[in-house]
Amino acid sequence: MKVTYYPGCSLEGTARDYADSIEAICGFLGIHLEEVPDWNCCGATAAHSVDHKASVELAARNLNQASILPNEDLLVPCPLCFNRLRAASWALEHEEGGRYSFRLQPGIPMIWDLANFFGTESMLKELSLKVKKPLNGLKVVCYYGCMASRPPRVTGSRDHENPQSMDRIVKALGATSLHWPYKTDCCGASLMLSRPDMGYRMVGKLYDMAQRMGAEAIVVSCQMCQSNLDMYQERIEAEWGRKFAPPIFYFTELMGLALGMLEVPSWLSRHFADPRPLLERKGLLP
Amino acid sequence: MQSTGSVPDYTFLDQMEAAGPFHAAECFQCRKCTSGCPATFAMDLMPDQVIRYALLGLKEEVLRSRTIWVCASCETCTTRCPNGIQIAEIMDYFKELAVREGIPSPVPQVLALHETFLDNVRQGGRVFEGSLLPIFFLRSGQLREKLRKGTWRDDARMGWRLLRKRRFALAPRPIKAREEIRSILRPSKRRGVLP
Repeated sequence: MKVTYYPGCSLEGTARDYADSIEAICGFLGIHLEEVPDWNCCGATAAHSVDHKASVELAARNLNQASILPNEDLLVPCPLCFNRLRAASWALEHEEGGRYSFRLQPGIPMIWDLANFFGTESMLKELSLKVKKPLNGLKVVCYYGCMASRPPRVTGSRDHENPQSMDRIVKALGATSLHWPYKTDCCGASLMLSRPDMGYRMVGKLYDMAQRMGAEAIVVSCQMCQSNLDMYQERIEAEWGRKFAPPIFYFTELMGLALGMLEVPSWLSRHFADPRPLLERKGLLP
Repeated sequence: MQSTGSVPDYTFLDQMEAAGPFHAAECFQCRKCTSGCPATFAMDLMPDQVIRYALLGLKEEVLRSRTIWVCASCETCTTRCPNGIQIAEIMDYFKELAVREGIPSPVPQVLALHETFLDNVRQGGRVFEGSLLPIFFLRSGQLREKLRKGTWRDDARMGWRLLRKRRFALAPRPIKAREEIRSILRPSKRRGVLP
């Protein structure tokens, strides 16, 4: 199966671990990733905050670049990129004509959020057949954040208040996904840089609830959520006067573990909150 | 927030809706937006008040508020509004309008991050994190603050850990279509051309 792939800028830098895990599991599952030719930044929060026109056109250029390849599906691992690409497509279809100096080319592929792509019935079936080392005994909460779900007008989500894709995936891998109320509460996103005080409060709230629910780790599909939840734990603990320290897994890393892939520890070594001791205790480390 | 006693601008709603439509006039003040907002603790006007002020033509108050800048763009308000008002999109419209009208942001770090980010994209077509953060810390005044408080050590340690874990690209990877990106993304001084 060939699909078009839009990695986004972070996956070339701080989210290198996410990129490695995606490339490896896709290779394992026979999904061939073809990168959008000469893709550019989707514009992210900065563009839609202060330059709406550019935010639509930056994202739309990527869609037109994607239409060059013949594949039907476009995989987008970063939920913000996913959201911006979808928002551009929505704006060009629904907003007043003549507002943008861009037109979408024919043959734009279906834009997929990565967790939703792996959370379809057929994918889950295939996945459960290939599980070699079920993640029995691992108790996690799945944290979806904002951009894969909201607003549903743009994302097409039908379960935006209680998304299920990652829950289904981790269950198919043999782990226990606990119910919790903060699945889609915001992590603060780029406010972690511009207003760290806000970020610490918003992420601390998530740790607190995950801990109350008995989660041993938090599973994410967004590299912004991952870095906000993973990199500032010491400061947030100092602020809250509490010990939290949960490992923050990408769902793709758990897929790699359950599929028996030996390179998983090298991805995990790039985290700040080291998940290996937990996996060691559970006998889940390859 | 204290009223500045400015003269209401009764064309404000029409101006705003011409850039949308955002459907702001549908608001019946149920406050569902404010109830679900994760960032109200840092806001001066609540999200429903922003909409109400806009309907009343209180443009100055809205454009000078902290609220539009600390909004996390999480889209909970837009998603839950029973009347389909695009509240988060209105917050963006107000930020862009404030920039165009030269109204200083009361949360300058947020604007500094957006501007630094877009300059970075203009240069190579993709974001290069290696120069984004140092320039942002310099531009936002956070570097001076960090030097004064001594917290720069934490950041230096974090940068070093990222580097060691190979989570920092060492050089930018500019794309070929940089000219096209520059024609889409104007420099910050010429930005903000709203309909």
